[in-house]
Amino acid sequence: MTTEWMGVIAMYGLTVLLAIPLGKFLATVFKGEPNAFDFMKPLERLIYRLGGVDETANLSWQQNLRALLTINLVWLVLGFTLLVMQGSLPLNPDGNPSQTLDLAFNTAISFLVNCDLQHYSGETGLTYLTQLAVITFLMFTSAATGIAAAVLLFRSFIPQTAETVGNFYVLFTRAITRLLLPGALVISLVLVFSGVPASFDGRDTIITLQGDTVGVSRGPAAGMIAIKHLGTNGGGWFGANSAHPLENPTYLTNMVEMVAQMLIPVAMIFALGFFVNRKRFAWMIYAVMTIGFFLLLIPTIISELGGNPAITHMGISQSTGAMEGKEVRFGPLASAYWSIATTVISTGSVNSMHDSSMPLSGTMELLGMMVNAFYGGAGAGLLNFYYFLIIAVFISGLMVGRTPELFGRKVEAREIKIASLVALLSALLVKGGTALSAWIFVRYGGASDWAVAPSAWLNNPGFHGFTEMLYEFTSANANNGSGFEGLGDNNFFWNYATGIVLLFGRFIPIVGPVAIAGLLARKKCVPASSGTLPVDTPTFGLMIFAVIFILTALSFFPALTLGPLAEFFSLK
Amino acid sequence: MAKQSSSPGLFQRELVGTAIRESFVKLNPAILIKNPVMFTVGIGTLIMVLVSGYIALTGDKAQGSLGYNVFITFILLVTVLFANFAEAIAEARGKAQAESLRKTRQETPAKIIRAGGNNKPDAVDIISSAQLKKGDVFLCEPGDTIPSDGEIIDGLATIDESAITGESAPVIREAGGDKSSVTGGTKVLSDRIRVIVTTQPGESFLDKMIALVEGATRQKTPNEIALTILLAGFTLIFIIVCVALKPFADYANTPITIAALIALFVCLIPTTIGGLLSAIGIAGMDRALRANVIAKSGRAVETAGDIDTLLLDKTGTITIGNRKATHFYPAPGVSEADMIRASALSSLADETPEGKSIVELAGSPVTSRLSTTGATLIKFTAETRSSGIDLTSGERIRKGATDSIRNLVTRAGNTFPAETDTQSKTIAANGGTPLVVARNDVVMGVIELQDIIKPGIAERFERLRKMGVKTVMVTGDNPLTAKFIAEKAGVDDYIAEAKPEDKMQYIRHEQQGGKLVAMMGDGTNDAPALAQADVGVAMNSGTQAAKEAGNMVDLDNDPTKLIEIVEIGKQLLITRGTLTTFSIANDVAKYFAIVPALFTGSIPALQALNIMGLHSPESAILSAVIVNAIIIPMLIPLALRGVEYKPIGASALLRRNLLIYGVGGIVAPFIGIKLIDLAVGLFV
Repeated sequence: MTTEWMGVIAMYGLTVLLAIPLGKFLATVFKGEPNAFDFMKPLERLIYRLGGVDETANLSWQQNLRALLTINLVWLVLGFTLLVMQGSLPLNPDGNPSQTLDLAFNTAISFLVNCDLQHYSGETGLTYLTQLAVITFLMFTSAATGIAAAVLLFRSFIPQTAETVGNFYVLFTRAITRLLLPGALVISLVLVFSGVPASFDGRDTIITLQGDTVGVSRGPAAGMIAIKHLGTNGGGWFGANSAHPLENPTYLTNMVEMVAQMLIPVAMIFALGFFVNRKRFAWMIYAVMTIGFFLLLIPTIISELGGNPAITHMGISQSTGAMEGKEVRFGPLASAYWSIATTVISTGSVNSMHDSSMPLSGTMELLGMMVNAFYGGAGAGLLNFYYFLIIAVFISGLMVGRTPELFGRKVEAREIKIASLVALLSALLVKGGTALSAWIFVRYGGASDWAVAPSAWLNNPGFHGFTEMLYEFTSANANNGSGFEGLGDNNFFWNYATGIVLLFGRFIPIVGPVAIAGLLARKKCVPASSGTLPVDTPTFGLMIFAVIFILTALSFFPALTLGPLAEFFSLK
Repeated sequence: MAKQSSSPGLFQRELVGTAIRESFVKLNPAILIKNPVMFTVGIGTLIMVLVSGYIALTGDKAQGSLGYNVFITFILLVTVLFANFAEAIAEARGKAQAESLRKTRQETPAKIIRAGGNNKPDAVDIISSAQLKKGDVFLCEPGDTIPSDGEIIDGLATIDESAITGESAPVIREAGGDKSSVTGGTKVLSDRIRVIVTTQPGESFLDKMIALVEGATRQKTPNEIALTILLAGFTLIFIIVCVALKPFADYANTPITIAALIALFVCLIPTTIGGLLSAIGIAGMDRALRANVIAKSGRAVETAGDIDTLLLDKTGTITIGNRKATHFYPAPGVSEADMIRASALSSLADETPEGKSIVELAGSPVTSRLSTTGATLIKFTAETRSSGIDLTSGERIRKGATDSIRNLVTRAGNTFPAETDTQSKTIAANGGTPLVVARNDVVMGVIELQDIIKPGIAERFERLRKMGVKTVMVTGDNPLTAKFIAEKAGVDDYIAEAKPEDKMQYIRHEQQGGKLVAMMGDGTNDAPALAQADVGVAMNSGTQAAKEAGNMVDLDNDPTKLIEIVEIGKQLLITRGTLTTFSIANDVAKYFAIVPALFTGSIPALQALNIMGLHSPESAILSAVIVNAIIIPMLIPLALRGVEYKPIGASALLRRNLLIYGVGGIVAPFIGIKLIDLAVGLFV
């Protein structure tokens, strides 16, 4: 057990140790200051020339958002087209079929938005071409999109009136050339040497000890698995994701994948501090997020190590903790750590089955995605944190008797309107989606003209089944991509419903915060005085935490009650 | 100083009566819709009326017993009424305050002057003040009550303004200067003035203020709009939560009654702050009015709380208008003892602070030997600008402004010594006031009077500094004197030798840096700066132009009033912020009351969430709704009085308010719900 604890502590410690210098480096990258990767300049210039982009242009927030949305639309169409045609395209040694329209819709969106909800299994659902040209490609672009969008917020923290919030094209390109490409290269090398396949050969066969002949899927997986974690994407090459022995073969790869997925979200916080030269502010954000992370992690670890009470009631010893759905090579502690890390961050890769997590762990995993701002996805975490920040600034500003202001800029009706809309939408997408699916399940459970009758959606009836539906929509809205599984989700309803939730769940929290930042950046800055509320203090951190907690708890408490909490209390 | 406005109890009987009537009038959907939060409660009530009606007609018990449903309906209605009452009582109080001011100026006879035309003398008619129109000219003589606001076009008078300001010492108002404005309801004590009416009946500032306090013209302030949006956002989130609950419950095979769903919804939406929001705004205006400040808009009061820079005139604000004698400078050829003796003699019977200070400076060894028995005292008048004494010995001693004494001396054929003239100028240049003394029309010398900084003013500036407000002293003094006084008083900056344009420039400069600036002024030449400032407070004694340009008028003419106004503005925001926090924090307890109540019927394990151990699902829901309703009237006093502002630094203030209204807001309803559940349990 001590070794397991040390493993978890090492994973977290290593993440933060690496994140601070990386954050400093990223600040220089995004500011355009000289740094070690300036040798990439010719490549970047080539990309700008090919794309017809003026890298010196200062864009307004509207221009940036237009650029972001347009290029994303192009990738969506490209990805969708390749997916529905993959069966007849090259690089398909296993002869996998093309995706159906609804599945391709869901898959293309899912990877475009950095969610990586998978309603297919990689072994049979994709070809090597689409794994590389759609999945791996989108893993780079979606992470870079999130990072670039988050950097667009930074100028609103600098007390200087600005018409521009940055240049999306430049930020996006640099995020790929100077962060994601080199990073993924290093990680994939570690993975390859640990036994992750990197081959274009088709399915291999082995003869098991029982004498059966088993087909083993492989492919050029190592590079994809590297960016899958570094870019907080999370979609697996194989269906079992990082629980699969070829995707995550050893404890070392487990650690590398774990550190890789948390690295950029944490580094982005420090990058903000270095970029705007407000290190205390960055530490405040880091502290709020870390406290939230540990508040979710600790109950999960306790309940996983405690084992399943139902098994305890049967008089069976569970000295190793709850092992159902866990890989023996990782154990319950590292799996519990992974399950919370992957849900607070929008990675969504799994190394254990969340469906088998204890109900309290399930609650924490859900909460991690409902908040979606404790570290959060690459860039996306800061974008989500931003609207909580605006609401916290507003309420606490009133409480100290001044028109609320963020770094000297007044937060007024328009900003509050946008922040409220973003908060509202997250509640609407999750609760509306779950309500709709529950309603269909109850009303049209036996509808025989549906390809999959709604009554057949759920592997488990009762509270657990409800959690499966709630989890799916929560994961989609948070662009997380992990699945509770046990849900028959590759069908018309789930593919389209979650696809739509994915789109809104991704782009509204980008458009809203960037718009607020753009509006704020244009405002006059009032120099701080002793009447101004400093936002880099523990007091204000507490305020943000309270806002996040209250908003999330109030929005989701009834749903959690009927799902995992009811199960938790029933199981006791 | 400001009149300590008698603060009657928050709930006077006649006001409560009006407010209760108004609470029902405000149930009108057209009025209710202005408050989105309470409007949704109104809709909830309506639905419950229909449900209750349905049960009464059909006897269908699927939705719970008739009594239970009727009771829930009743509580919801009461919730809306409580919110309406909060607004109505705030309006009633504001109106009462404004009316009591207005009463002072109603129905007094006015001596209107009708122009006589060619060679005929002007005729004076007596009409009622209500008949005065803008442009009319009326006459006031000693003892008359001034019938309307106006400007003196001819004459000078001492006026008792105590009816408005509470200040008993009379003030001088004269035509042509910056002190030409008179207010209806004040009394002329001496001299005759002709006054031109400056406002149409019903359009005075006071009338405008009354209209602002009443709902009709009250415009929401920017922060109030933003807060309303946020609250509407919360309300929408809770609509989603409650609507989604229905299919969730269907999935869990748990029937939920309409009453329970609506109760949950009403408990979750921020009814507390929603119900009190407009009352808070009106009460802010009312507090300004009680401080004898007429604000022309709620926005101005709110902006006052954000002020970064405060421009204050030195005289009367930082220093006492009275100055103190500091030096005697004898004229050439006059011995110092003689000069002191003359100065002391002229001041022995002088009751003004300046006079007393001269006696003090002369010292008791000199003054104890002097006697003024039988002497004639010459009082200071605005015309002569000098005072003095005629002794029985025939000595005539006068002291006064350099110019007035110069006139006196030269008229008598004597010369005004150049040295004294130079000395006077030096004194003036050092921020002092020269007072020239003459005996029998011969200049004896000059007394230097210096400013006295108001006691306690340094502490007030310290308080402002803690609020984050920078204070700037504006003075006509030379830079050296200005610096001296600025340092002594503890202001952060000063504008010396200030001309009206300098104020304007300073304001613009500060505003370019993003700061909000407040200033107080009275003269016509202050008008542009008053208009430019974010908060411009005109003194009631000031000119009409100044009053039009500013966005507030101070009836007390008290320059330190700005400090109070800043605090009123801050209080306004704090009250909104803290009650929002309180309202949202309350939801935690209500969830723990209602959610287990909804589901324990079919999911007994959820009884574990019933941490308050509530008696039954029905009593849990009832208790939550009742607590939700009665919190509104319980907080009305707080909304009307405002949450206290403490200049302890923003972070400390946030910590304090989070502790009281955040943590308190979580804990209080747990206690309330449990208590009411115990009471309800006795009957159910």
